[in-house]
Amino acid sequence: MTNVTETTTPVPAITAQKKKPSARPAGRRDRKITPWLFLIVPLALLGLFTYLPAANMLYYSFTTWNGFEATPKEFVGLDNYAAIFTRDDILPVFLVSVYYIGASFLQMAIALYFATLLSFSTWFQNLFKGILFFPSLINGVAIGFVFLYLFQPNGTLDGVLGVLGLGDLSQQWLGDPGVVNYSLAATSVWRYTGLNFVLFLGAIQSIPKELYEAADLDGANRWQQFRFIIAPGIKRIISLSFILAISGSLAVFEIPFIMTGGANGSMTFVIKTVTLGLGVFHKVGLASAMAVVLLIIVLLVTALQRRLVPDDKVDLS
Amino acid sequence: MTSRILLTFLKYLSLVVASVITLLPLGVVLIASLKSKNEFSNSGPFDLPVNLFNAENFVTAFVKGNMVQGLINTSFILVISLAGTIIIGTMTAYAIDRFNFRAKKLVLALFLIATLVPGVTTQVATFQIVNNLGLFNTLAAPIVLFLGTDIVSIYIFVQFMSSIPKSLDEAAMLDGANRWTIYWRVILPLLKPAIATVVIIRGIAIYNEFYIPFLYMPSQKLGTISTSLFRFKGPFGAQWEVIAAGTILVIIPTLILFLFLQKYIYNGFISGATK
Repeated sequence: MTNVTETTTPVPAITAQKKKPSARPAGRRDRKITPWLFLIVPLALLGLFTYLPAANMLYYSFTTWNGFEATPKEFVGLDNYAAIFTRDDILPVFLVSVYYIGASFLQMAIALYFATLLSFSTWFQNLFKGILFFPSLINGVAIGFVFLYLFQPNGTLDGVLGVLGLGDLSQQWLGDPGVVNYSLAATSVWRYTGLNFVLFLGAIQSIPKELYEAADLDGANRWQQFRFIIAPGIKRIISLSFILAISGSLAVFEIPFIMTGGANGSMTFVIKTVTLGLGVFHKVGLASAMAVVLLIIVLLVTALQRRLVPDDKVDLS
Repeated sequence: MTSRILLTFLKYLSLVVASVITLLPLGVVLIASLKSKNEFSNSGPFDLPVNLFNAENFVTAFVKGNMVQGLINTSFILVISLAGTIIIGTMTAYAIDRFNFRAKKLVLALFLIATLVPGVTTQVATFQIVNNLGLFNTLAAPIVLFLGTDIVSIYIFVQFMSSIPKSLDEAAMLDGANRWTIYWRVILPLLKPAIATVVIIRGIAIYNEFYIPFLYMPSQKLGTISTSLFRFKGPFGAQWEVIAAGTILVIIPTLILFLFLQKYIYNGFISGATK
């Protein structure tokens, strides 16, 4: 197992490189050009597929471009941005992300619970760990079909509820606009809890064992061990998962797209953006403005997280 | 004492419940995939199939469902993208970790900021670029996108490389090796563990990738594992037993890989997700 407190702080590790003169003074020209020979392809790809799209997107967002014309012709200022917050078909997609944000909190709580449980010795420890983690490796389309089948009318879920004597709870899991987002968010919890769980477990297991022994000697109970040893030790990974959860919730695409295609009120921000910008609607300008808004929200959340939980190394030993 | 027993009981109870919730949805799909068409429509989801070795649906899924083509295309994309990612990622890491040059901080910042931009948000504009390059509806589209947006691998390589002692480079330099030889003969072989990590986590991600092949390769012939399976929705819309078989076919390679490489997969995901 790698030491997580170490692997989780890549930034200082990279930037804090000591400037050491190379052993043999190479020719000045050689030293200036060589690194760029190694960097030219990666930088070209980075520019072409990350920075150029981001810049273009900002430019398109101020136009009514449809994607056919060679270049955008009509500039409309902030009209597209105004449309995002007034159009009846766009405003509700913000609300849909609330279901997924809620689901991601649930997912982190479940992951933390099982990570704590399995950090203590347990029968079949590796088996349970493997079972809980496996869903996060499965192909998204396969997961979509597995849950389409599960949620079928008179399908598996209704069958299980019947066996448990809860048959009255059966409903149109994917057909009812009041229920569909809960069903899809639950699918997302099933899919991603394992990944959170393994990250938390890795962080807990990198806490030195002596701390627990010392706590045992001092008569600390399990709750106190969690509160004063485990919680501070995994603060950083939790805050990181938190931001991944929020940006992930805003960028939900696969599960709802595969399962419902955004029907019955399950339309998400990204499905809407993709169908507007790349589908039959050809509203590249409006779709770009939506993508810019999403990007700004994600960057704000990241900045907020950096402010609230500074990137410090938690040193327990 | 009794409360201790009760707690232990609750602990295992919750583990068993969670395992059932995880495995049940997969189990019923496996059951469905083994039933004949008639049997499927006349039995409940928990009734075991009559013939446990009924491969009929798997053959249909594999042959009529374009899964063979999907497997070939995914393998091609996977091999080229992984080879490219390893070469590009290690070269970038070598330049960043072993050289001092004026714009180093700027280059680092460019890579860092790029990790904050979720790829899915910029697709609208990326699409136009791929289109202008003439790559739309070719196998090259996903390959260049996987190569161009894979910054996590670069971080894994930079981190691992900073743990390789610089004295090795210096010794090679004294023997007259140039920078390229040092990269190729000294650094690259020592990076094997990091390369293994990148191959595992990127390999799984590329195998599972859906929206890039879906958006950039609408042609039937260019179907990947994910998009071929997704297209089951049309022709097999009412044949759940065939869809189930296709789903199981897609999950099996992942399961086998997981059973054999568990430890590496856990470690890979931990170092990949925390970058």
